[in-house]
Amino acid sequence: MGLFNGGKRAIQIGPLEYNKRLSFRLIFFVTLVFLYTPILTLIAFSFNDSRRNIVWRGFTLKYYEKAMDNDSLIQAFTNSMTIALISTIVSVILGAMVAIALWRFRFPGKASLEGAMALPIVIPEICMGVAMLAFFSRVGYPTNMPWPLNLGAITVAHISFSFPFAAMIIRARLANFNREQEEAAKDLGANEWETYRDVVIPYMRPGLLAGGLLAFTLSLDDFVITFFTAGPETVTFPVKVYSMVRFSVTPEINAASTVLIVITIALTVIATLMQNRAKP
Amino acid sequence: MESWRRNPFVFWVTSLPPTLWLLFFFLVPLGIIWVISFGEKRGVIDIEITWVLDNYWRAFDPLYLEIFWKSLWMAFATTAICLIVAFPVAFSITFAPPRIKPLLLLLIILPFWTNLLIRTYALIAVLRTKGMVNFGLEWLWDQGNWLLTLVGLGDLQLLGAAFDPLQLLYNNTAVVVGLVYVHLPFMVLPLYAALDRMDRSFIEASLDLGAGHFRTFLTIVVPLAKAGIISGIIITFIPALGSFLTPDLLGGTDSQIIANVIERQFKNANDWPFGAALSFILMYITFIALTLRAFLARGSSAMEAG
Repeated sequence: MGLFNGGKRAIQIGPLEYNKRLSFRLIFFVTLVFLYTPILTLIAFSFNDSRRNIVWRGFTLKYYEKAMDNDSLIQAFTNSMTIALISTIVSVILGAMVAIALWRFRFPGKASLEGAMALPIVIPEICMGVAMLAFFSRVGYPTNMPWPLNLGAITVAHISFSFPFAAMIIRARLANFNREQEEAAKDLGANEWETYRDVVIPYMRPGLLAGGLLAFTLSLDDFVITFFTAGPETVTFPVKVYSMVRFSVTPEINAASTVLIVITIALTVIATLMQNRAKP
Repeated sequence: MESWRRNPFVFWVTSLPPTLWLLFFFLVPLGIIWVISFGEKRGVIDIEITWVLDNYWRAFDPLYLEIFWKSLWMAFATTAICLIVAFPVAFSITFAPPRIKPLLLLLIILPFWTNLLIRTYALIAVLRTKGMVNFGLEWLWDQGNWLLTLVGLGDLQLLGAAFDPLQLLYNNTAVVVGLVYVHLPFMVLPLYAALDRMDRSFIEASLDLGAGHFRTFLTIVVPLAKAGIISGIIITFIPALGSFLTPDLLGGTDSQIIANVIERQFKNANDWPFGAALSFILMYITFIALTLRAFLARGSSAMEAG
């Protein structure tokens, strides 16, 4: 029996093998086409030797050269990178601190602190954007400071929405920490600081890296909040692209966007790998 | 977990800086907006805080009610389309061989990590009158005409005298397409998480007992995956409702939603008190949605337990 049915059963689709059904495969495929066509078209046409962006006229790097020669674009890119770097470092430090406090201690008002930490994650970006605009105009953040101090307002805003995300990831990592390790270190004579330096922080490291990379991509990605905190002198890469897109669709934007896509995707893949390794 | 009193020094060192940061650079800014929302505009930049509710009442003006209605409607449409598309996608991933599951998930998540502005821009490049979609359609039109000419019907101009590119951008449909494009991963991930946790023997039992796939889906899968469905709906709906960039770049003059009106009050129209009131209304809607989620999730977990 088995011998005769064996060949047929291999083709037959089991009742639960939804992934093998043609209709499901088709929907999955169409979804991927929908998700990837715009991005892949954008990348492909950044190498296309034609301004009209439709017909393939041969490979060229001239739009990358043009983007490199565009001083304001390079300035915006440098600004974005600087902001992302500072924001990441501060976010990881603040995120790690609050993760440790929430993981280790019981204290009055803990639920309120947790709720407040979730706020920057859930409220609409536009609300946070206008809040930052109102805040910095009330505080009177000086606008004519030398680079990179003029990026202060944007950096502060970025830290405010990044560090709760970093804290979330670091806390998830800490949740699996075996506190007996900490007790052992203390029994062996380590003081509080030595315990953190030699035991807890090394354990947290994958979480710190993953949280940092997330903070970095969040900062590089942000448009709405930056749009409200940026002045005419302090343009970041997404804000610059926004003003270029308003005028026209040009291959230079494609080239610049491709560079940013490659950077973010590379960082994300690294972050995902780190986080997978962070899981026990 | 230990009481903070056992080690106050470590407690203060770790909890004080983040709390102060959150207080000064997040809660205080929100508080300023909240206070401004009760103010009145006096002159170009002067705002007097008079603790009036006029700005909130103004939001109930038919003009703005219509914009709220449009925002809700667009967010609903986006959420509904995402839900319909995401279910088969999540099913495909759940029942795929374990080896390729992470890859399929990564394929869905990866676009989501690309800059939102760049994705929107990419969509413009594909949908504009001289973009890829219209270019493809024109090619089909040319081939059709060529075929008609071949069979001797070329003079009749059955397909029209010239190719008329579709207006795919700068209207409400473009905004919904853009919102679906941006938010689809938000729906797929919670659905997948819920389906993957589900005990498959329930589906098998239902199928064995003679229910069809559709009936099994409605009576077994949907109730079991309820928590994931609710999460997916809420985390798609909230950002879609508050989205600014997509309607701004893909929408026409009549597809401006609430976030665009807020932006206008703070930039061109320069009416901060009204913009602040609209921001808080948007935030309250967000909180209502989140409370609803917590409430529904509690109901469903109680049902699972019972």
